[in-house]
Amino acid sequence: MTSATDSSAIGLPVPTERLLELYRMMLDARLFEEKAHKLFFEGLVKGTSHLALGQEAVAAGFAAAMRPDDLTFCTYRGHTHTLLRGADMAALMAELLGRATGCCGGKGGSMHLTDVAVGAMGSYAIVGAHLPIATGAAWAAQARGSGQVVVVFFGDGATNIGAFHEALNFAAVWKLPVVFVCENNLYMEYTPIGSVTAVPNPAADRAATYGLDGIIIDGNDVEAVYAAAVEALAHARSGDGPLLIEAKTYRHGGHSRADPGTYRPDEEVKAWLDRDPIPAFRSRLEAEGVESATLAEIEAASSAAVDAATEDARNAPFPDPATLETQVWADGGSRWRT
Amino acid sequence: MADLTYRQAVGRGIAQEMARDPRVYFIGEDIAAAGGVFKTTEGLHERFGPDRVRDTPISEEAITGAVMGAAMNGLRPIAEIMFSDFFATCWDIVANQIAKARYMTDGQITLPLVIRSANGGGARFGAQHSQAMENWAMAVPGLKVVAPSNPRDVIGLLAASVRADDPVIFLEQKSLYASKQDVPEGEIVDELGKATLAREGSDVTVVALAAMVPRAVEAAEILAGRGVDVEVIDLRSLVPLDMTTVLRSVAKTSRLVTVEENPRLCGWGAEVTSIVTEEAFYDLDAPTLRITTPHIPLPSADTLEDLAMPSSATIVTQIQRVANG
Ligand SMILES: Cc1ncc(C[n+]2csc(CCOP(=O)(O)OP(=O)(O)O)c2C)c(N)n1
Ligand SMILES: [Mg+2]
Repeated sequence: MTSATDSSAIGLPVPTERLLELYRMMLDARLFEEKAHKLFFEGLVKGTSHLALGQEAVAAGFAAAMRPDDLTFCTYRGHTHTLLRGADMAALMAELLGRATGCCGGKGGSMHLTDVAVGAMGSYAIVGAHLPIATGAAWAAQARGSGQVVVVFFGDGATNIGAFHEALNFAAVWKLPVVFVCENNLYMEYTPIGSVTAVPNPAADRAATYGLDGIIIDGNDVEAVYAAAVEALAHARSGDGPLLIEAKTYRHGGHSRADPGTYRPDEEVKAWLDRDPIPAFRSRLEAEGVESATLAEIEAASSAAVDAATEDARNAPFPDPATLETQVWADGGSRWRT
Repeated sequence: MADLTYRQAVGRGIAQEMARDPRVYFIGEDIAAAGGVFKTTEGLHERFGPDRVRDTPISEEAITGAVMGAAMNGLRPIAEIMFSDFFATCWDIVANQIAKARYMTDGQITLPLVIRSANGGGARFGAQHSQAMENWAMAVPGLKVVAPSNPRDVIGLLAASVRADDPVIFLEQKSLYASKQDVPEGEIVDELGKATLAREGSDVTVVALAAMVPRAVEAAEILAGRGVDVEVIDLRSLVPLDMTTVLRSVAKTSRLVTVEENPRLCGWGAEVTSIVTEEAFYDLDAPTLRITTPHIPLPSADTLEDLAMPSSATIVTQIQRVANG
């Protein structure tokens, strides 16, 4: 993983190396999730999975702009956010497959991917709950003067739950170093956000309530996301308090599992597929003179990485039954009585 | 030794830990400048400053979420939830997030945090400011549940809770705030999961918690005059649950009574009783007995509330049934 720590990068052209890194990140995420989807249909990924196919630019743009000690909080739709902070791909795949080598030893699963060592502080499956928690992590950063910034990703649906409003007010009044990133993919599970929300931009239109600017970005343009992220992180790191950013994006598939997403109008789906962040960015890179061979190399490497991670996960052992009752308490066990 | 109220003990306990460890922070509604609605935290704001003792908005999810996130990132925070009834507004953060984070991440996340709250009845506040909700917390794997019965234990158990690397729900029984005790000067630190004998006796084991402890002791003194020698165990924490002390006592007395403030169904006494019947059935010489508040929301009128909560008089009558059985 690379990271931009230098706020002086604001406004300057992004170096090609960084652009290629963004391309690699989006591809890793895309291929990882396409594979996960395939493994779900093979019955290897159990339970559920929520893919962020089509939304990769948001997670990539932010992850590339974050410092290694910055913290990420995301939702059940968080494979991509966790991976792109630098979590080991094989450990994530193994977690989806319920294996012992999974990042959470098989206890978390698809909706709870976590890798604290890289600052991926968890994927949270109760809508909105992680906003107050991320706010608390930012409070600790402020209290300790650690210089960390916390980035918390959530869906459009989360803007209608109380925790969103409590967290924003709290973060604003305490001026905490946290960036709230709403990934507005136009839908909750199956219902369009517009049909249940009093304002057209569910996050940005609420920002003023908490004394914040309503920032809207194109979540399918990775360069735009990256630029916004660099600026937002610098703002939060300088002690100017939180920011709320609404990234407009779209999930290519359904909400979860095998949902084909047929409740969405064909023209809408087509329009957004035409705006797929990955081919669009690839064309831009080519137009800027990046050799196709360079891009092909990145593509081959991503594909090989996903294949290797998958092979690794498929061959990994199932969790040792002895781990069932471990790690409830800090002593590693689960004893509740003498 | 100095006379200390349960209320003052809360402040002294927090101060003891804040002075010892700079990672201990304290937040809540009206706790800083105002010193708390129960005046438990007076002076902390002045002594430790506005960064470490900080007022929050009325946002229980934000408060509990804040201590969780802060504990993930290097602090050992204490939060106050003004009345324990309000846990219902942030039960997601407490029961789904705080309690489960360590297990779900296979030990990657450690949450050294304490959430204190004024719990229980006796203050005539009605059903939404009087609940004894210790059994809600006890029912969720991943939470430690502590409930002191006297000023000394408030300090010692609060210290143990702050020093624990696990999340602790710390329940102060609000009708005890004015109670007093001679408490030694200097640092007091206890261990979680150690019950104490509030009174030694040989005929009946009575297990109690928080405000039910002084009532059980009062009942025991009355019964002593009637030739029944009651042993009163102060559990002090529900998780961890000190069954060693309970089982040892039952082996001696052969009779078990639990006194719970919480409403009847699924109260902690049911768990204690079931363990005793599973593991010490042949020690028992009489049926076990649970004394609880009836399964009703708590009423406000003083006469009705007194009728609802186990009183020393009720405890006397009930224990006599078992003692004579
Ligand atoms: C508090 C809560 N209510 C309902 C659900 C069920 N649920 C899971 S995902 C989801 C939709 C969330 O939509 P959004 O916030 O837009 O995120 P997206 O799934 O689009 O990324 C719902 C209703 C939940 N997990 N938590
Ligand atoms: Mg959505």
